Amino acid sequence: MSPAQSAESPGVAQPQNPAARTVLDASDISRALTRIAHEILERNRGADPVVLLGIPTRGVGLAARISARIAAVEGQSVPTGSLDVTMYRDDIGLKPPRGLEHTDIPAGGIDGKVVVLVDDVLFSGRTIRAALDAIGDIGRPRAVQLAVLVDRGHRELPIRADYVGKNLPTSLVERVTVHLTEYDGTDAVLIADKTKVEA
Amino acid sequence: MRHLLSAGDLSRDEANLILDTAEEMRSLADRPIKKLPALRGRTVVNLFFEDSTRTRISFEAAAKRLSADVINFSAKGSSVSKGESLKDTALTLQAMGADGVVCRHGSSGAPHLLATSGWMTGSVVNAGDGTHEHPTQALLDAFTMRRHLGSLEGRRITIVGDVLHSRVARSNVLLLSTLGADVTVVAPPTLLPVDMTSWPCATSYDLDGALAKSDAVMMLRVQRERMNDAYFPSAREYTRRYGLDVHRMAQLPDDAIVLHPGPMNRGMEISAEVADSARSVIVEQVTNGVAVRMAVLYLLLSGSNDTTEEQTA
Amino acid sequence: MTAYLITGAKIVGGDVADLLIENGKIVAVGTNLDAPKDAETIDAQGLIALPGLVDLHTHLREPGREDAETVLTGTRAAALGGFTAVFAMANTDPVADTAGVVEQVWRLGRDAGYADVYPIGAVTVGRKGTQLAELGAMADSAARVRVFSDDGDCVWDAALMRRALEYVKAFDGVIAQHAQEPRLTQGAQMNEGALSGVLGLTGWPSVAEEAIIARDILLNAHVGSKLHICHLSTKGSVEIVRAAKKRGFEVTAEVTPHHLLLTEDLAASYNPVYKVNPPLRTKDDVEAVREGLADGTIDIVATDHAPHPVEDKDCEWSAAAFGMLGLETALSVVQQAMIDTKLMTWADVADRMSYRPAAIGQVGGEHGRPLEAGAPANLVLVDLAAERTVVPGESASLSRNTPFDGMTLPGKVVATFLRGTATVLDGKLAR
Repeated sequence: MSPAQSAESPGVAQPQNPAARTVLDASDISRALTRIAHEILERNRGADPVVLLGIPTRGVGLAARISARIAAVEGQSVPTGSLDVTMYRDDIGLKPPRGLEHTDIPAGGIDGKVVVLVDDVLFSGRTIRAALDAIGDIGRPRAVQLAVLVDRGHRELPIRADYVGKNLPTSLVERVTVHLTEYDGTDAVLIADKTKVEA
Repeated sequence: MRHLLSAGDLSRDEANLILDTAEEMRSLADRPIKKLPALRGRTVVNLFFEDSTRTRISFEAAAKRLSADVINFSAKGSSVSKGESLKDTALTLQAMGADGVVCRHGSSGAPHLLATSGWMTGSVVNAGDGTHEHPTQALLDAFTMRRHLGSLEGRRITIVGDVLHSRVARSNVLLLSTLGADVTVVAPPTLLPVDMTSWPCATSYDLDGALAKSDAVMMLRVQRERMNDAYFPSAREYTRRYGLDVHRMAQLPDDAIVLHPGPMNRGMEISAEVADSARSVIVEQVTNGVAVRMAVLYLLLSGSNDTTEEQTA
Repeated sequence: MTAYLITGAKIVGGDVADLLIENGKIVAVGTNLDAPKDAETIDAQGLIALPGLVDLHTHLREPGREDAETVLTGTRAAALGGFTAVFAMANTDPVADTAGVVEQVWRLGRDAGYADVYPIGAVTVGRKGTQLAELGAMADSAARVRVFSDDGDCVWDAALMRRALEYVKAFDGVIAQHAQEPRLTQGAQMNEGALSGVLGLTGWPSVAEEAIIARDILLNAHVGSKLHICHLSTKGSVEIVRAAKKRGFEVTAEVTPHHLLLTEDLAASYNPVYKVNPPLRTKDDVEAVREGLADGTIDIVATDHAPHPVEDKDCEWSAAAFGMLGLETALSVVQQAMIDTKLMTWADVADRMSYRPAAIGQVGGEHGRPLEAGAPANLVLVDLAAERTVVPGESASLSRNTPFDGMTLPGKVVATFLRGTATVLDGKLAR
């Protein structure tokens, strides 16, 4: 019954390997998040309607950082929580059972709010589809927006991000890994050739 | 893990995974839409050879909240009473495509047989077998205790009553000790197995001696019929020596809680005042039962059963 | 009738020699024997010759449960196991409690021709433990019953047991007791101990066997009759019988092959093939019954061959029938448990599995005689060096409930002769 971690899922810490190269360092990440925070405020004309929901694991950390930046700019904090989408994944029956991550919906709920989903890497779009289904079971937001640190392309569903830290063209044999201080001890986005990593 | 047959089969990590998952499941109970899509398209059969409305309803609610298709097969009064064997029932379930079978049976080991006989391929959850085990009851008890006491590491838990015939006691002793608790079972000598050397718990015949050192006390149901088999002289004497009333309850430490797997014999092993007191978490146990069973069904049935995938995923 | 010249066999308790069999008897044992021209020669180089084995405790199930076993199939299994005589237990349907039933079983055995079948008569009417069956009529019948048993149930009423022991003195009978105190074993499913408590299976305590054995030894000492203890299974029972024999009390006892080899741990699988009465016990008990058999405290090995149809074993433990197959594996199990452990010699095996059971069953004229000129030609040739893996589907029994399924056991019966006729040749039924 062990929670098998999918090696495909972005954000899982990979062993450091020489084949990986850094595409965003700590200051790049910091600048990107600051820009995203400003864009969210601009687009929604302030922080009032916004609820940030991070998708575990690293989306939760990113949501918290964006939340802190919004609070610094606006002098007002936005409700911030987490949304686990494990049970809504379309591959749930194909992989070994996994443990659930924590879902924490802020006290005010999401009805009538603008929910900004926050994730680390946007890839196939399937995680976001699952998140949209999960949101539908929790309430009815006025709008749902998506913020990601990295968009690496290769979408399999008609989904796009509203706020992107960095567009990163990749090939399918590459692996994008996000490291955040609160989980991994350092801030960095790495890219590596999977075939070389596993060789 | 394919099946849940014995609480003793769970490692500490596995037990904690179930309890942590149950914690998430329980918080979902507050949402407007309680249904989760995790087991969509999966079929769960509640195969009950013994009457147990409470346990069956709890499993049924758990499976339905996870969007599974639920079939209730109450073997009492069905073809089984006409002599259909466990084997034929299992073959029928297999033909119906049961992904999970929740089995309650009066014969110890019946779920074990279902899981190992090769008659069917679905996952088997033991929902109570004979006088053997009832692992989901132990999980919900541990879950309830954890919510009140925090980590069970080093916690002192006392289980009182008909341990000899209790599947709840067996599963709880195994699970609670796995979770690091210090377990003591208290019963008249006639209601303890004759040799308990392999049980990871202490034993005592003296309830009063154990109460003052208990963070939680679990009262087991004692059937009055046992009296006729000379396990104890009378219900009154049992209550006097092993029943939990308000006077005894006063010996418990301030934060200690009282559990009972139900159904209670009020006035026998537990007095009405105790059952309805602030220390009693008996109603909460029922609520938690659904969350724990959701966690078990989710972890057993949501994924692929193909274990080779675990290596490659 | 074919004459056989068996050459180069190791005669148990003696030297390598040839055996000449003619007209149902062993006519000569030695070398350079003068065999008739048409005698069939069997090369027995490397084989041991044992007297035909005698099983004092077999369930042949006929009449009543012909779906589990018949006299024909049961005696075929017996022949393949090296037995030339079996005592058929009385718990048939109808119960073998009248002269009519025992004669029927006896005739079925004669007609089958694979082993001599000696019916055991029930002690009480219907084995219900309340009224003595017509023991005398069974003794006087064509079946000449001498062994009486309610096996499957204990003659628990002390007064009735006393009367039964007394009554059979008139025709030199023996009461074979299934020692099980019924009140201590209500609903019992397996040996009572640490494991039964964990598995949640109702315990069958050793004391329920030992209390009855002790009681019956004392009763028998009081009335001076013949008492035989069926399937003794516990260390305590061995100690009681040993002490009784030391003090000169008259008692004989048997142990089954499965109690010599298997332990209660197997019940943890909840596979009912391991469900048997008395139950499999602990390692200590196994060691004790082995010692008891070796030192003669336990007189004989008896199989308690108990066939059950698949549906009675392919079910949950508590619903399953008690009992295990034993005839075809008995000798191999004894070889593994007693010979390979150096606790006994092959001469001891001949004693415990042929001479003594024949004596207790009072068929010593026909069976259980040393392989000497003039004795009936009841013998078995065994390849001690062979090994085989037990496959239930290969059994000659109608049933498949062998607990030795998949085990590799030493020794193989190559040939069995019943009064000079080969019932088994080359390890297969001869006809």
